[in-house]
Amino acid sequence: MSTEPFVILSAILFTIGCIGVLTRRNALVVFMCVELMLNASNLLLITFSRANGNLEGQIAAFFVMVVAAAEVVVGLAIIMTIFRTRRSASVDDASLLKY
Amino acid sequence: MVTLESLPHLPPVVGSVPTDGVFSLLWLVIALPALGAAILLIGGKRTDKWGHYLATAAVSASFVLSLVLFFGLLGRDGEERQVTQHLWDWFTAGSYQVKFDLLYDQLSALFLLLITGVGSLIHVYSIGYMEHDERRRRFFGYLNLFVASMLVLVLAADYVGVFLGWEGVGLASYLLIGFWQHKPTAAAAAKKAFVVNRVGDIGLSLGTALIFVTFGSTSFAVVSAASSQASDGALTGIGLLLLLAACGKSAQFPLQTWLLDAMEGPTPVSALIHAATMVTAGVYLIVRSNFIFSLTEDARTAVIIIGCITLLMGAVIGCAKDDIKKALAGSTMSQIGYMVLAAGLGPAGYAFAIFHLLTHGFFKANMFLGAGSVMHGMNDDVNMRHYGALQKAMPVTFATFGIGYLAILGVPPFAGFWSKDKIIETAFADNVLVGLCALVGAGVTAFYMTRLMLMTYAGTKRWEKGVHPHESPKVMTVPLIALAVLSALGGLLTLNGWISDWLNPVVGEHEEHHLAIPAIVMSLIILVVVAAGVAVAWFLVGKKPIPKVAPTEVSVFTKAARADLYGDAFNDAVVIKPGVAGIGALTTFDTTVVDGAAEGTATVFAAMSAQFRLLQNGFVRSYALALLAGATVVVLALLAVNFG
Amino acid sequence: MNDFPWLSLLLFLPIVGAIVLVLLPASLGTLLPKQLALGTSVATLAVGIAMAANYDTDSSKVYQFAEQHEWIKSFGAHYALGVDGVGLTLVMLTVILAPVVMLASWNDGDQGRWSSKAFFAWMLALQGLAVGVFAATDVFLFYVFFEATLIPIYFLIGGYGGANRARAAVKFLLYSLLGGLVMLASVIGLYVESAKTDAGATYLVGELAQLDFGTATGRWLFLGFFIAFAIKAPMFPVHTWLPDTTAAATPGTSVLLVSVLDKIGTFGMIRFCLELFPEASRWATPAVVVFAVISIIYGALMAIGSDNIPRLIAYTSISHFGFIVLGIFVMNSQGLNGANLYMFNHGLSTAALFLVTGFLISRRGSALISDFGGVEKVAPVLAGFFLVAGLSSLSLPGLSPFVSEFLVIVGAFSYSEVAAAFAVTGIVLAAIYILFMYQRTMTGPTREEVSGFSDLNVREVASLAPVLLLIVVLGFFPKPLLSVINPAVDHTLQQVDKTDPPPSVDPLAPGTSGHSAEGSHE
Repeated sequence: MSTEPFVILSAILFTIGCIGVLTRRNALVVFMCVELMLNASNLLLITFSRANGNLEGQIAAFFVMVVAAAEVVVGLAIIMTIFRTRRSASVDDASLLKY
Repeated sequence: MVTLESLPHLPPVVGSVPTDGVFSLLWLVIALPALGAAILLIGGKRTDKWGHYLATAAVSASFVLSLVLFFGLLGRDGEERQVTQHLWDWFTAGSYQVKFDLLYDQLSALFLLLITGVGSLIHVYSIGYMEHDERRRRFFGYLNLFVASMLVLVLAADYVGVFLGWEGVGLASYLLIGFWQHKPTAAAAAKKAFVVNRVGDIGLSLGTALIFVTFGSTSFAVVSAASSQASDGALTGIGLLLLLAACGKSAQFPLQTWLLDAMEGPTPVSALIHAATMVTAGVYLIVRSNFIFSLTEDARTAVIIIGCITLLMGAVIGCAKDDIKKALAGSTMSQIGYMVLAAGLGPAGYAFAIFHLLTHGFFKANMFLGAGSVMHGMNDDVNMRHYGALQKAMPVTFATFGIGYLAILGVPPFAGFWSKDKIIETAFADNVLVGLCALVGAGVTAFYMTRLMLMTYAGTKRWEKGVHPHESPKVMTVPLIALAVLSALGGLLTLNGWISDWLNPVVGEHEEHHLAIPAIVMSLIILVVVAAGVAVAWFLVGKKPIPKVAPTEVSVFTKAARADLYGDAFNDAVVIKPGVAGIGALTTFDTTVVDGAAEGTATVFAAMSAQFRLLQNGFVRSYALALLAGATVVVLALLAVNFG
Repeated sequence: MNDFPWLSLLLFLPIVGAIVLVLLPASLGTLLPKQLALGTSVATLAVGIAMAANYDTDSSKVYQFAEQHEWIKSFGAHYALGVDGVGLTLVMLTVILAPVVMLASWNDGDQGRWSSKAFFAWMLALQGLAVGVFAATDVFLFYVFFEATLIPIYFLIGGYGGANRARAAVKFLLYSLLGGLVMLASVIGLYVESAKTDAGATYLVGELAQLDFGTATGRWLFLGFFIAFAIKAPMFPVHTWLPDTTAAATPGTSVLLVSVLDKIGTFGMIRFCLELFPEASRWATPAVVVFAVISIIYGALMAIGSDNIPRLIAYTSISHFGFIVLGIFVMNSQGLNGANLYMFNHGLSTAALFLVTGFLISRRGSALISDFGGVEKVAPVLAGFFLVAGLSSLSLPGLSPFVSEFLVIVGAFSYSEVAAAFAVTGIVLAAIYILFMYQRTMTGPTREEVSGFSDLNVREVASLAPVLLLIVVLGFFPKPLLSVINPAVDHTLQQVDKTDPPPSVDPLAPGTSGHSAEGSHE
């Protein structure tokens, strides 16, 4: 079975995620796009793991998932707090930390 | 190259006979006034009441001791008439050793008597002159400091020791010129004197350094013993550098300008420091360094030229001054010019330079103190146009001043006749042109001194309102009388050629000079020239009424003489103005270029970081874009490395 | 007695004092910490005098009171202390000036950013660290102390003093750190080079001096050290931090900075540049001499043009440091003895000048010369002290700086007549800047603003008098210093492989015969 379609799919997913992060203002959408990019890389890891016939890629994918889950916990909490105080989920509004 | 064959004798070597007997008290001559100065200056107000007596006693004690030492020296044979007292080792650096040694020989003996003798008289005089000054104690402290330093200068047995005294008298001179320092002119004059002297000190510093490099030592004993082996270049170099030093201290051209300003000091100071002793230190230095100068014709020629220029310059300046002290200061310059000229004549002239130095010390101190006495009676007015007819009001001052006048003119049998005639004769024997300079100088001297006498003592009263001239108290007139006696009898020193014989062991034997005409004819010629000077003064000044305000429409020459022959104008245009401009430019250079380079670097970095800072704009998505751009660059770079 | 750790005691006594001072509760008031600080520094001075009395001038050992303990073995770094004549004089200068400065700046710490307790604690710490710099015989230890001294002086400048103190402190720190950084490169280089030898890595000066680094390496390492020391000294053109700093700092801080810390520069030139890199030093001599002479004249001219008194004194120091560097690099016994002596004497005379003008400035509240006039009339004692301090700065014979300046000129003359001729103009310029300042501040009619000045009080006189007394005594009798400096100079000259040029006339040959004179005439 060829790995090529999986790689292409992964690239498409990553690009979508990337463009989403760069263009969308809503923090939740940005967040989901980040997840999309992580999953794109997960897909790639598993694909090559299968292609090479060892488990290292799958292990790495699990790690990414765990990290992503932890990230969701912290990130969603931050977004919630910001939304509560500022009534906005736009990432551009939260730009106080600058020069 | 010096033709040694043409010199009959090599310069004498300074020996080092250790002190014994009374000579072991030599250090005390310096220590007494030094201690006096220390007590007065550190003791402060507590010593106000008796300070001046202590100071006078200290110098007088030094004088008595000097007399005892002098007779001790007289009692010895010619060979043994130099003693060296080792006090302590001053400093050592590698092979270079400088010891704190005192050298007492025929030359320093005469100076000791002059300094402490005239010094004592002037101390006594100052008790009266400074009576009403609230800072009198300090004045006497400075005077004692001066005497101590001057004694160090003439007793030191090493050029570095001379340097110590040299700067010590410079300091005392600075303090005393600026004694009335609430007057800005006095403070400025004091600073000027010190700074110009420092220019001369360049000569003494480098001269001493060259002496060390040449001889490996700077003590008179070593240098005099080895001087004949030094190269011509070294000797001439040392000679010229020492001449520069002498020019500074003795107000010789081109470093003469400070002396006229120095008259801002109290008159006793002018008498002691700026007439009798300190300003003659340059002559002392040249005569003391005879073991250098006798071997270098070139340096001696320079000495003669400087002497000639200054003796004429000083005389011309003296002619145009209405300020009695400045007229006398011009005269001092001129007379020291004579001494320097004589010193430049080499072994034939050294003794006469010292002889004239002594007689000049007597009569010029006498006249300066006389001028002080006149000022004392005229409410400190120094303008001679406000004087006149003081002969009756101040008989003692007039009489003593008159003797000084006759002495400086060179009228026989007064002191100046003997010393000045000898110099003019020797100058003629050396070179007719030099002789003519000296002769003309004598004529001009007669003119300006007669003018001074006529304006002060003769003619009509031109006194300012409220001025009641009166004779000065005894404490001032007694020193005047004593100095007048010395001015009259100073010529006795040359009885049977005593002074030449006395000094010969120090300055070296020499062949008698041969004049084309007999000495008596020479003396007559000089007297005729002097008489001509007196006559001219009589016709120009004495016959006409003297205006109270100096006429402004005068000849170019008078204007030049009044402006001190543009010495100050020259310094101002060539040194001071460019110096001030240069320092201004340098300050700008320092802040803009040197510091600007450092500060500029900082500014550039600050500006750069201000720009980079803007990238941190707080927008998450722009950070993400930057991240992406960075990742892309890394990927592209990897591709380029792997497949490029 | 020579096994007694004198130097460690001198090093740690003030530092312990500083720590105790900091730990004192604030409830004890401000007087007790001051007294404690002064007491500590006087005790240190007493220890210093006792140590100096034990110094053996005839000893064949280069470093006396030596202590050596292994510190970081893999670098070859040691805790190694010891002094030769040069180090001893500078250690003594440090311990003499510390109590003087504390007494003189008794109230200067009161209006600072931090408490006066901290002011005195920093001073004590600085005193201890400065002793460490001058006593270290291990390059690594020296470097550590060299950088460590920056900490207290930075806080002293930045916390106490005039309006621009913060900026001045940063400027000073950046300059010093830049120098330190360049030096660090050379220090690391020394490790690399010494690790190549069979004996292994070492930082001990005594062992490094035996190494031959090769021409190119030696020159690079030399440059690293020299640049750091030139900034520290300071020499033209890396001098501009000094006037800015002294204008902002308190007089006491300026004294510690200029009189003591800046000596590290010239001390380092002798100890590290000359003794470790003789070939490179000889190679660099012409250029260094030129810069030294420029510093002399440039500093003096800038001083003449200054209207701000502390800036003026800073520029005079640049001129004087020019003389010291000149004396060091002409590499003969007159120049080096003069330079070493100059370091001590300059410390004294500049300290006197900074302190006395500090008293003057504190009375007027302005440091501008043009704000004064006629002070002599109302404060004659102040004027007298000012004049003596000034005269010592212009090297008047009879005061201690004369001997050193004269020796430097003589040394420079034997190296090059031209260099000496240029350097000697410094003595004229010195007379101008000192007397011009004196004339404008002290003489003339008394200005209204200064007419209410009080004369010096007992504390102020007590702090200045010992310094001036020392200046006068050493002017006539510098032997105590020269007797320890001379052997050290001989050692340095031996290291750089230089001997004094003989006089052009052999003084032992009899000079009485005209024929023998013919031989020397060419």
